[in-house]
Amino acid sequence: MALLDVKNLGISFGGLRAVNAFDISIEKEELYGLIGPNGAGKTTVFNLLTGVYKPDSGKVLLDRKDITGKKTIEISKAGIARTFQNIRLFKKLSVLDNVKAGLHNKHHYSTVEGILRLPRYRRVEKEMDEKAMELLKVFDLEKYAHIDAANLPYGQQRRLEIARALATEPKLLLLDEPAAGMNPNETGELMDMIRFVREEFHMTILLIEHDMKLVSGICERLTVLNFGEMLAQGGTSDVLNDPQVITAYLGE
Amino acid sequence: MSGMLKKMSKNTKNSLITYGIVIAAYVIMQVLISAGSISSLLEGLMVPLCYYIILAVSLNLVVGILGELSLGHAGFMCIGAFSSAFFSKCMRDVITVDIVRFLLALLIGIVVAAIFGILIGIPVLRLKGDYLAIVTLAFGEIIKNLVNVLYIGKDSNGFHFSTKDAMALNMEPDGMVIVNGPQGITGTPKDATFLIGFILILITLFIVLNLINSRDGRAIMSIRDNRIAAESIGINITKYKLMAFTISAALAGAAGVLYAHNLSTLTATTNNFGYNQSIMILVFVVLGGIGNIRGSIIAAVILTLLPELLRGLDDYRMLIYAVVLIVMMLFNWAPKAIEWRERHLRFGKRKKEAVQ
Amino acid sequence: MSFISYLINGLSLGSVYAIIALGYTMVYGIAKMLNFAHGDVIMVGAYTAFIAMTQAGVSPVVSVAMAVCVCTALGIVIERIAYKPLRNASSSLAVLITAIGVSYLLQNIALLVFGENAKTFQSVIKWKGISLADGKLNISGETIVTIIVCLVIMTVLMLFVQKTKPGQAMRAVSEDKGAAQLMGINVNGTIALTFAIGSALAAVAGVMYCSAYPTLSAYTGSMPGIKAFVAAVFGGIGSIPGAFIGGLLLGVIEIFSKAYISSLMADAIVFAVLIIVLLVKPTGLLGKKIQEKV
Repeated sequence: MALLDVKNLGISFGGLRAVNAFDISIEKEELYGLIGPNGAGKTTVFNLLTGVYKPDSGKVLLDRKDITGKKTIEISKAGIARTFQNIRLFKKLSVLDNVKAGLHNKHHYSTVEGILRLPRYRRVEKEMDEKAMELLKVFDLEKYAHIDAANLPYGQQRRLEIARALATEPKLLLLDEPAAGMNPNETGELMDMIRFVREEFHMTILLIEHDMKLVSGICERLTVLNFGEMLAQGGTSDVLNDPQVITAYLGE
Repeated sequence: MSGMLKKMSKNTKNSLITYGIVIAAYVIMQVLISAGSISSLLEGLMVPLCYYIILAVSLNLVVGILGELSLGHAGFMCIGAFSSAFFSKCMRDVITVDIVRFLLALLIGIVVAAIFGILIGIPVLRLKGDYLAIVTLAFGEIIKNLVNVLYIGKDSNGFHFSTKDAMALNMEPDGMVIVNGPQGITGTPKDATFLIGFILILITLFIVLNLINSRDGRAIMSIRDNRIAAESIGINITKYKLMAFTISAALAGAAGVLYAHNLSTLTATTNNFGYNQSIMILVFVVLGGIGNIRGSIIAAVILTLLPELLRGLDDYRMLIYAVVLIVMMLFNWAPKAIEWRERHLRFGKRKKEAVQ
Repeated sequence: MSFISYLINGLSLGSVYAIIALGYTMVYGIAKMLNFAHGDVIMVGAYTAFIAMTQAGVSPVVSVAMAVCVCTALGIVIERIAYKPLRNASSSLAVLITAIGVSYLLQNIALLVFGENAKTFQSVIKWKGISLADGKLNISGETIVTIIVCLVIMTVLMLFVQKTKPGQAMRAVSEDKGAAQLMGINVNGTIALTFAIGSALAAVAGVMYCSAYPTLSAYTGSMPGIKAFVAAVFGGIGSIPGAFIGGLLLGVIEIFSKAYISSLMADAIVFAVLIIVLLVKPTGLLGKKIQEKV
């Protein structure tokens, strides 16, 4: 059984069918790419998977559990984490606190324990600090731990977003255009990092990307969307050589 | 000692400085008062100063930490004031130990304000931005208005309620009107002191600062910084918004208790519990720095004392107050003024933390 | 009969709210700010007309014209000095607080100049009004004129915004300041024009309001200002027809509450209706729904 199993997913906005009959099945620890021209509905698929939008048709199974139409918070608890196309960090929180916010549902103490600084507060905060620092180290961000996230350089902001997503200990990680705005050098580093995340955390990753070098370099399988419809699906090199896909990208 | 200071996080250090300033200010004022070197007018301002500080700090929890604009803060103060004054007046002859009665009144004021915080917060927090602001303003006005038509009396048969007038209470001859519509509550014991106010400030700071530097505080601030991202990492938006709003309301309630027990007559007017007051508290918060707790305290102190310090100027004092407010806002917030300040006045500490 | 008379009185009060709300909503639409000083411009307008009539002895029509001129100038000056420097401030609260400062300033200047005692405003309408149904239904001249003035203003404003160049510029700026600038629209000029129109309307509203409720003090503008603000939000802030409908509804609700429920609770009822409307329709009756893009 696949980790993520999506059947016939769809949504309309007004009269527009933004995503139609979307099927995808992703195996554990797979690196899967979702590509397509601008406006094809890729981010809408992410929003459907994470509960930002409620689908009007279809079914989403995560690890055999039905999460169709669930709220974002429940889906996060069920094990899907994501990053955003336009980076969404907690800008006025420190880099460390951004990751600790990601740990929110994995480490608990009550409000009263927090306000009164009871022993459990100290113990759990210490655990959270250690865990968050570990994650920051993985992404080479530990030296920035105490500065505000807003003051991080762009590339590091993208990494921090991934670190924050991983802090929720997800089963599936969704990356929305992680290489957007990066130069070829940075993209190369990012590819290494995504591979590393998959190995280190045994992570299953679904990513949206326009950079074909990145897609062909790290994705094992691809799905191509065009005008909300699935155009092709399969092994990366097969899909990228599909004449239909080439037409969709390059035009007639 | 210095080693210990270094080990402490920046937040803890910041909090300690804030406590230190408050305690030092209290000690200095107490010394001045006992030396008789300040006017009785200024001395009379000490309790108001305390409740304004509590109001400013608690509103900052909503405006600065949660990032939502509330224009109804005085409404919660009103609830705290009336519920506690009601209790104190009823119990005046039953509980004769002042401090016990006051503590119970405080508890009642806080709890009732918190309940209203939840009741109002649930519908209000679904709205966004300026719409949320106007609805909180509306709730504040409704509270003020309803208090003005409320009549409660007590006689041998128990409590009587009316929204018409005192006669409509239909009480036995031994009855006593407790809440008398626009005349409010008279004869509340004057139990509030500068010391009590000071302790309440410390408790408020303890709650707010520790909340901010905890798991819940992080969740609240993450909602402020990016609601969609906060949701995506599984933070319960409604719960944390409501938490911040309710704690803020409860603390405003405490300020109201202090207010009510500092006067012998409690009425609800536009100036003490209306939107004017809510806006005044908001001015403290914004001028002190949105999200900056210490700033709120300092702004509350300066702006409360300013009209008194300008008293010599008599008719012009409120005019000057208004001008000072406008000029300070322009100086603090206008992009051009900020640029000018950075070029001409080097406030060393404002330098950007170096990155790479 | 009393029902109809209440309704007409409500529409009249509502017309005043609508005129003020139109100013509020235009300023909000274009500057995205809650102009808390708007209510005090109403007061300035009323005082100007009052002084013009009692001290200079001019005719009511001239006094209204003078009030409009003074308030228009005042609106432009306030915008230029107090609001424009904060247009790109990092927090929208900055300009809100400055507006409150301006409100305090206007009130305190009025207190200094005119003193604390309220003045009795003479109505600018000399017409006695009409009497219908054998004297059972009397409608005052103020009531009729207020409603007519509001209708005229509303119509002219709609035409102005829809048909004229500056009106279109206004809509463009309220939609997207940056894009409007790129299209060669004078953004600063357009915003100043909006404040000028809003303030001129406030002057008219001030005179109409004080003609019906003749007590004039430094705080006269606060409550109608807040009510009109509520009316603007009620109708969907930023929407001109919304402000009109919101204002009328608010006036009618207020008068009916006073007549049929309790005059002391009228304000509470007005605010409660606002809350209910916003909870059902979070952007007001005619407001646009804004979807956040993820």
